[in-house]
Formats: sequence, structure tokens, C-alpha cells
Amino acid sequence: MSPRPTASPLLDRLRTPRGVTGAVGALAIIVVAVIAPTVWGSAADTTSVADRLTGASLAHPFGTDELGRDVFARVMVATRVSVLLTLGATAISVIGGVLLGAVATVLPRPIRRLVTALIDILLSFPWLLMALFFSVIWGASATGAMLAVGFAGVPTFARLTYTLASSLVGRDYVKAARIAGVGQVEVLVKHVLPNMLPPMLVNAAVSASGTLLAFAGLSFLGLGVQAPEYDWGRLLGLGIARIYGNPMAAIGPGIALVVCGVIFTQLGELWNESSKRLLGLPAPVRRGPGVSVQPLAEPTAPEEPVVQVRDLRVAFPDRNGDLVERVHGISLTIMPGEVVGVVGESGSGKSVSAMAIAALLGPDSAVTASELSFRGIDMTAPLTNAERSRLGLELAMVFQDPLTSLNPSLSIGKQLRETVEVHEGLSKAASTKRAEEALESVRIPLAAKRLRQYPHELSGGMRQRAMIGMGLMGRPKLLIADEPTTALDVTVQRQVLRVLHEAQLRTGAAILLISHDIALVSGFCDRILVMKDGRIVESLDADRLHEARHPYTQGLIACVPDMTSDRTMPLPVIGALGALRQGQEPLVEGPDGERLTTTEGQRA
Amino acid sequence: MSGLEFSDLTVRYGHGASAHTAVDGFQLTVRPGTSHGLVGESGSGKSTVAAAAVGLVLPSAGSITLDGADIVGRSAAARRARRRVQLVFQDPYSALDPRMPIGSSIAEGTRATQRKWSRPEQRDRVAELLERVHIDPERAGELPSAFSGGQRQRITIARALAAEPSVLIADEITSALDVSVQGVVLNLLRELQRELELTVLFISHNLAVVNYMCDSVSVMQGGKVVEAGPTSTVLAAPEDAYTRELLASVPVMGRRMTWDDEQPGA
Amino acid sequence: MAIPSIASTDPAAGPGGPAVARRGDRGLLGGLSPRSSFILRRLGRLLVSLVIVVIATFLIVQLVPGDPVRAALGNSATPELVERTRADLGLDVPVPEQFVNYVSGLLRGDMGTAIGSQRSVSDTIAQRFPITLTLAVAAFLVAALGAFPIGVATAVSSRTGRHRLADLGISGLLGVLIAIPSLLFAVGLIAVFSIGLGVLPAAGWGSFQQAVLPVIALAVGPMAYLARLVHVEMLSVLEMPYMTTARSKRLPTHLVYLRHALPNMVTSTLTIGGIMLTGMVAGTVLIETVFAIPGLGTSIVSSITSKDYPMIQGVVLVYAMLVLGLNLLIDVALATIDPRSSITEG
Repeated sequence: MSPRPTASPLLDRLRTPRGVTGAVGALAIIVVAVIAPTVWGSAADTTSVADRLTGASLAHPFGTDELGRDVFARVMVATRVSVLLTLGATAISVIGGVLLGAVATVLPRPIRRLVTALIDILLSFPWLLMALFFSVIWGASATGAMLAVGFAGVPTFARLTYTLASSLVGRDYVKAARIAGVGQVEVLVKHVLPNMLPPMLVNAAVSASGTLLAFAGLSFLGLGVQAPEYDWGRLLGLGIARIYGNPMAAIGPGIALVVCGVIFTQLGELWNESSKRLLGLPAPVRRGPGVSVQPLAEPTAPEEPVVQVRDLRVAFPDRNGDLVERVHGISLTIMPGEVVGVVGESGSGKSVSAMAIAALLGPDSAVTASELSFRGIDMTAPLTNAERSRLGLELAMVFQDPLTSLNPSLSIGKQLRETVEVHEGLSKAASTKRAEEALESVRIPLAAKRLRQYPHELSGGMRQRAMIGMGLMGRPKLLIADEPTTALDVTVQRQVLRVLHEAQLRTGAAILLISHDIALVSGFCDRILVMKDGRIVESLDADRLHEARHPYTQGLIACVPDMTSDRTMPLPVIGALGALRQGQEPLVEGPDGERLTTTEGQRA
Repeated sequence: MSGLEFSDLTVRYGHGASAHTAVDGFQLTVRPGTSHGLVGESGSGKSTVAAAAVGLVLPSAGSITLDGADIVGRSAAARRARRRVQLVFQDPYSALDPRMPIGSSIAEGTRATQRKWSRPEQRDRVAELLERVHIDPERAGELPSAFSGGQRQRITIARALAAEPSVLIADEITSALDVSVQGVVLNLLRELQRELELTVLFISHNLAVVNYMCDSVSVMQGGKVVEAGPTSTVLAAPEDAYTRELLASVPVMGRRMTWDDEQPGA
Repeated sequence: MAIPSIASTDPAAGPGGPAVARRGDRGLLGGLSPRSSFILRRLGRLLVSLVIVVIATFLIVQLVPGDPVRAALGNSATPELVERTRADLGLDVPVPEQFVNYVSGLLRGDMGTAIGSQRSVSDTIAQRFPITLTLAVAAFLVAALGAFPIGVATAVSSRTGRHRLADLGISGLLGVLIAIPSLLFAVGLIAVFSIGLGVLPAAGWGSFQQAVLPVIALAVGPMAYLARLVHVEMLSVLEMPYMTTARSKRLPTHLVYLRHALPNMVTSTLTIGGIMLTGMVAGTVLIETVFAIPGLGTSIVSSITSKDYPMIQGVVLVYAMLVLGLNLLIDVALATIDPRSSITEG
């Protein structure tokens, strides 16, 4: 079964290079802030006329100031003030923002809209401008600057809190708690706040680094910490004033600022999962050398298969970068005009196999096969331009979610036309005409008008039919449809399947239909391939379903109720019931399935 | 009148020009101890009916009663009566707090009983409920991420049972699950209904599943019930055109799809 | 007490239904086309913002603890001078009347007289404003023109994973550039180009050479930030199903990226870019101070230090209006470019 979540994810992340940098850096800041006044205090305050305004030297790495005080020592001592002011201002921003945002969440609707509109307006003003405004009111002092910077950050956190809380409050688990009678405040404390915390921490840390710089800016302008106190910003300002004499007097405090800012950001990234994208990705394995015996021939004779696959294996890197094989050597042949269905559950490898056949898997996948060809084109080798054109015209795809598989920024017409414009060099007029015909053939009325529309202006079923129409623009020889109706209602599903069927009749293209629904596949396809755990476990004719011999296929057929199911009997279940009693899932629901990769825990 | 009864239920979202009537004069009586199916496609309003029954949505008009007691509104009596109606959600991945051990989530469900539970009592109750849904009670301290989809759905059922409901509303509880797991959850629900004599409102878009699970059925379209009656009658001899279209659209195992000349809608 | 989520729950969302959400209510503007309602809403917001800005700047004088006139003139000023200045500034009448005077002054383009220089605030601003605007716009152009190619190129390269070391190096470099505040970058630039190499002037305004360092100093941080944003956005766009659709058409690579990927990241980058542009407007305060540029930034700093309230009010108002104007420009651009811009707004 799936691993128990034992170690804290934070501890795991602390072991990454970024984690180590962040943790060590934070520790260093704390240590310096605590001990600096003791260690460097006297050097920072001892004036010496003889040593005034010297440049950088071994004794004085950043030189001395106009009273002969050591700038390096002053930079170290200033750590405490700079960091404390930053933390203070960040705390004001976070606390003020969370309060305002949380209050906005529970306000009645009209007032809530007013408050959020106000927050949005405040957000449109840059931070520094707001801080300047507040520092006019509170005066040029360290406290005034802290308040100014802190209050300037309130709208950001108010907005964040409001957005997070609003989205969390809509989750089913919050609804469930309310149905059970848990009060509103308790829901906030038990369900909303704990789930809000990680993103808040990330933002607080990132904001702290911004605050640090904002502070430096104010002090530099003379609006923050006032003499004789000093922070990095004031030291920087003093340094800039005499940058021609001793650049290090300005660069020194600058380095302190940057280092500290980077450490704050790193701490934020520690909580931020997205960072793992840039680190720790394995060296991608290039597509293996396909041992193709197929000659590069022009359109093959009709009896030649459209797709020929032998021993196809697909592997993906896991989190640690080790390749994990997900498809374990499948072989299949699709003849011209044949309608082949692939049935399997999540994680069975059916979609991955289809994408591998179309050579559309991402660069991190490792695909090997002793043969993988589409109408004579070796799909494991780099494609020539001529082959690309043929593929573009002859191999069409339809995906599960028609909204995201059509480009939201381009009109339907442009998306339909481009294949033939690029690969056949058709004029716009000619391709438009063909696009109208294509839409009409997938039963979309008012084709000319539809071509000018964008995907979001069409209904779900119409979008999916437009996708099919897109496939009909060239000279399709194979249509790969990956769960084309899963996101649709049954009546719409029927319309889409019908259009698919008609397209097949008209063009004679073969269809590879991938679905989790064995009833649908059995009703639509000539031949059914059953996939499980990356292998094809059975291949049979659709009208010989009852002859299925593999226990998994038999289970798949039996476990779905149909209109004739006997209500007096429990449904047959794949896997032994004895195993269920130990909290085990039936054997088909593997821990490495696609389902588990999208669990809430890993998303958060 | 006993059982769960909706009369003239109307729910509107939004206001002004953007108002949208999700449920429109909805009528339904679920007799105690039976299971009633609610069938319809997306946008038909069936999930809104469920949300109104558990108080997540305030109806604009009409009433919902449980064994004669009004369960709509903010009065203490309505709230108390409403706790006896519990909802199992569609998506088991968003129905459990990712940062709360499953045992605590289930324990939270016992709130609805409005009795005082001592800690050991609560622990025993959670173990008993997990046992009931065939999950190892030892795992009560684990987070939802340690469980698969089917297991999570069983855990959310356990949470609903913790409220000691007399009515359980199952809103598309298997549509996010793999077919092989679907059977486990359906069997469990039937078993629980029989043993606990639950009244079940079973919401689904899948006619075959409703046929298997329910004694009677209502077909919804555009916020209204277009046809209702005993499952065997409605699904065997549908009178309404929409019901017939729905039935014709369901793929049947091993039967070639046929394409008559109906016009595809928009 | 209703929890707000319910209002936003999609009534049309069905079982296992399409991920397509019917967008939330349109409120009073329900009858209009989405685009005009978007523009109308934004104009309304602009108006409200303007009112808030005018009130806020007016309140500066009222909110200052103690007597602002005494604070401005210092303790040595005679009571007569204080009273005369108070009358000059119009602060000797009741607050509502002051507000009316303030607003009617603004409508006439009169922002009062600076306490220090005794010059008209409007004249000073008219003289200094173009400098600040030039600086901000030039820096924004540099940042935007630099960020897009870098972000797109690194995203494409890191997705194919062919140049991992270079990718890591560039992403690290961008990280460092983001962490360096413009102030510091300015110092570094002066140290290298003015002091070290002596090729570019470190102060003043007027010639092209004088503008180079300030513009770069102001542009580099935002450019790095925007480049990283473009990088991240591009990576997420490249993972979208419609990109697989585009690849399945076997289009030439440049079409896949330019036609299919780029338009889908315009909205998000333009939104963030707008925020950065306004941030740069504020950033001019620091850069002008470092490079001794006679723009609005230097005058706001000096007037805050000398507590010259009419001047502060005027400059803050102009800065705020500049920000609002830029926001409006961005909104108009969004509404023009993105066919769905109005919808993506909750």
C-alpha cells in the first residue's frame, strides 16, 4: 500500500541544497544579530581622527567613516537593527493583512465587495509610494519607517488572505464540517488556517526580503533610521555619498543587504514546492535508438498496417531522478480503417502508450521499442520535414478535455486552418472553405460564424466535435482519441461518438479509442485491448467480449453494473474480499497509479 | 408525512440580470428506508437539491422536511433536524482536510449527534466506523494522502455515518473513482443501508448504477423533475422523451452502438 | 451567517462534469458585453481611486502630528511668520473649507506655493515630471524587451533539458539580480563605469550618456523578475493540452511557440508587468537620488525632509495619478489583446 506520511515534508526539504543554504543562512543571521554588538561594538563606535576616511585595507575591510570608525564593524552591528526593523514591519504587514482579509471573508456580501475593492485599489499603488506617504505622516524615524513599510504591505496580505480563505472555504471538507454542525469560527481555526499557513509563510518570507530593501531605501533617503542610530540603509547612503573615495563603504552594506535578502527568499522557497522544478530534475534520457527495419517509403499499400508497435517501453523519472518504467513492452498493430479500443484504469499506461505511438511525449520520457512506426515512418528516430508534414496531415488527436486541448487565444478557424496552410501550402481562402466543410461534417451548424469564434464561446460537446473536425482537415489515416467523452454528459457523449463514427466512415481512417469505460469501447470498437499496469493483458474482438479469458478482463466486465444487473446480489469486485478487511484496496488500484500523483496532500 | 420530502423547492443563484434558477419547483418524497435515485446531466440541478437539503444553499421558495420537521433555515430546530441528513461528496480528494488525520475528520462528524463524547468514547466510535467501512482502525492517525481514492471515499462515508444520520445523500460518489473501485463503494453503501436502515438519496448521472442501487427514481432536466416512479417502471418503460434519450445514450456492454437520425443539439 | 463560498459555487457544475466553469455573476453590468463591462468596471475603479488619492493627499497636512506650519518653519520662526504662512497656505480656515479650496485649486491646476522656494508647486512639477516619466518608461521598455527573450529561451531550453548547467546558471543569475535592489545596482554601476572605467557620467540628466546608468539600474531588477515570470509561465503553458494539440499538428517550432504559446501568457505577464511598471515609477525616487537627477523623486525626498507640505502634496498626487494612468493603460491593453480578459476577472 502507499507509504505512510512519516517524516515531515519540511525536514525532507531541509536536506536539499536550498534547504541547507536557507537553514545555515538563517542561523548565521541570528548569531550575528545577537553577538555583533558585543564583538564589534567597540570597533564600531571608536572614533579615531588619524584613521578617518581611509579606504579598504586588511585592518578595515570596508574602510573607515569620517570619524575614523570601522565600516565593517558598523555593518555587522547594524545587522540587529536592520533585521529587527524588517521583522517588525513584516509582522505588521502579515498581522494587519490577515486580520483585514479574515474580517473581509466573514462580512456580509455588500460590505465584503466594498472592502475587497478598496484592497484592490490600495494594491495598485507601489509599495514605496505608500511607504513614502505614511512616512510623511509618521515622520522620519525608525519607528515611523517601520510603521510606514509595515502598513504599506497590509493590502498585499489582506488580498492573499482573502483569496486563500475564499477558496478554502469552498472546499468540500469545509462544507462537510459545517454539515456536521461545526461553528464558523472553529471551521476557520481547524480547517482554513492550517491550510492557509504554508502559502502565508512563503509570502511572509519573500515579503521580508522586500521589506528589508524597502527599509534600506527609506533609510538611504534619510527617512528611516536617524543618526546616531544606523542600519544598513543609512550606512549605504553614507557610503554612496563618498563613493569616489571608497567604494567599499557603499558596497559593504550592500553585500549585507543582498545576502540577507537572499536568505529570506530561500527560507520562503523552502516551503515552496514549485522550486523542485528547477532543481533535482534528472538528466533526461534521449529516445533510444529504434531498431527500425521499415524502409522510408511513401504511402504504403492498403494492407500495410497503419501502426506497427513491437516491444514498446516507456519510462519516466521519479522524484529522485530514477527512471521508472510505466509501459512494459507492449506490441500492437492497427490496420487501415480499423477501430481499436484500449481499456484500462488510471495508471494502466494506456494514455502514455498512445502518446508514445504519436511521438508526443515530453522530453523527460524515455521511449524504446524494437519497432514503432506509423505508415512507414520510424517514430523513434528524428523526423524529416517531409515526415513531419505527413504526420501533421495523416495523424490526428482528440483529447479528454476539449476546453484545454483547444488553444484559448486563437479562433477556431485559425486552429483548424493552420495544419493545411503549413503542410499543404493552402491559401487562406481555400483553407477556410475546407474548414467550413470540416465543421459541417462534424455537425456544427453556422460553420462560417463558428470559425470566427473562440473556444470559450462553444459548448463542451461542440468543442470536442471541433477537435474532431480539426483532425479531418488533412487526409487522416489514424485518429487517436484519448478519453474523448469522459468530461461530457452521456447525451453529448453520444453525439461526439456519432461524429467520430461518421468521420471514420467518410475518411476510412483507423481509430485508436482510449477509455476507462469498457461498455463504451465494446459498443464502438472492432477490437479491444485491455491494459493493466503497463501491459496489454488481453486482446479480443468486441463481439466476443463474453469469451474474455483473462481474470482482469472478466472482472472489468462484471464489476460494472448494467441495466440487467441483479439487484439482489452484491457487485463482483476485482480482488479478494478477504484483503479488503485489512484495509487493502483491490489489487487493481496500485499505489503508483495516476490517482495518487494528484492527491491533495502532494498538491498543497 | 415521514421520510425526506421536498415540495416546490426552488433555488436561485445570483440576482438581477445574472440570476439563474438552478432548481425550479422540485417535488420529491423519499420514503424511509428506501433508496431513491436522482438522475440528470450537468446543470440539471441535482447537486443543488443535495446542497439545499443539508443547508449549504438557502432555497428561494418551497420546503424540505424530514419526518415532518422543517429542515430549512437558520432556526435551532431546523439546524438540529438537518443534522440527521448527511452528504457524501463526489470528489474524495477534496472532501477530506489534507492536514487533518482521518480519525479526527471522522470524530468531527460525531458533532452532529449533539451528544457529549469523551475522548475514549470518540476513539472507540471512530474505530468502529472505520471497521464498518472496511478500513484498518489502526490507520486512524494517518493523513488522507496515505489513502487511495476508493479508501478516501469510504472514509468520507464513515464521517457521514458518525453523525448517525437517518438520511444519507450520495452525490455522484463513484464518478471520480476507477470502475473496479466503484463496485466496492456501491456494495458498501448497499450493505450499510440494509444494516442501518438508512434512507438514501442517490444522485448520479449513471443510469445503470441508479438502476442497480435504487428502488425508485426521478429524472431531472433544467431544474425540474420530468419523470418519476419505481426504477423498474421508469427505466424499462420511460414515458418522457428526455428519459428515453438518456437511456438510449448509455453504452451497453457488448452491444454495437447504432446511430439513428437524431439531431445533435448545441 | 452564510459562508461566502456558496455564492461562488458554480450552480451549473454537474457530476464529473466538464471543468468548464460558468463564470460568476456580473452584478449590475450583466446586460453588457463582457468586454465593455470590464472596461466600465475599471473606469469606475479609476474614479474611486482618484477620489481616494485626492482625499489622502489633502489629509497629509491634517494627519501630521502637531502643527505642520511650525514643523515646516522650525522653532526659530517668529509667531507672526508662522501665522502669516498659515494664512498663505489657507490653513487658517475650517477643514471642510480647506478641502473645497484644495479641490477647486486642483481643478484649476493650482497646487499652491512651496514653503521653501516660494515657487508655484505646479510649475516645479511641470518642469520635473517629464524627466521622471522618461526615466520610468525607458527603464520599462528595456526591462520588457530584455525579459521576454530571456524568459522564453530559458523556458524552452530547460524543458528540453539539453543545457542543464546553463539553465541552472541563468536561473541563478536571475535570482541574484532580483535580490539586488536597484539602489545597490546603481552603486555597482557607478563603481564600475564611472569610477573604474570612467566611461559614463555618474550624475546629472540631459544627455544620452547621463541616462544610461540610471535606466539600467532601474531596469535590471524588474527585468530579471519579469524574465523569471515569463520562464515559469511559459513552462506551465508548454504543459497545457493545447500545446500537445499544436505539437500533434507537427507545426514548425517557431509557430508552436510564437502562435500557440506566447499569446496565452500575455495576460498574466502584462498584469504583473503593469505592477512592475508602477513599481518602477516609485523606484525613480531612489534612482534619482543616487544619480542626482532633477526629477520628481529628488523633490519629494527634499520636501519630505524639509516638511514642505504643499510640495509633498503635489508630488505625491502626481505620482499617484501617474500610477493610476499606467494601470488604465494596462487594462485597456488587456481588454484589447485577450479575448477572455473580462472573464478571467472574478
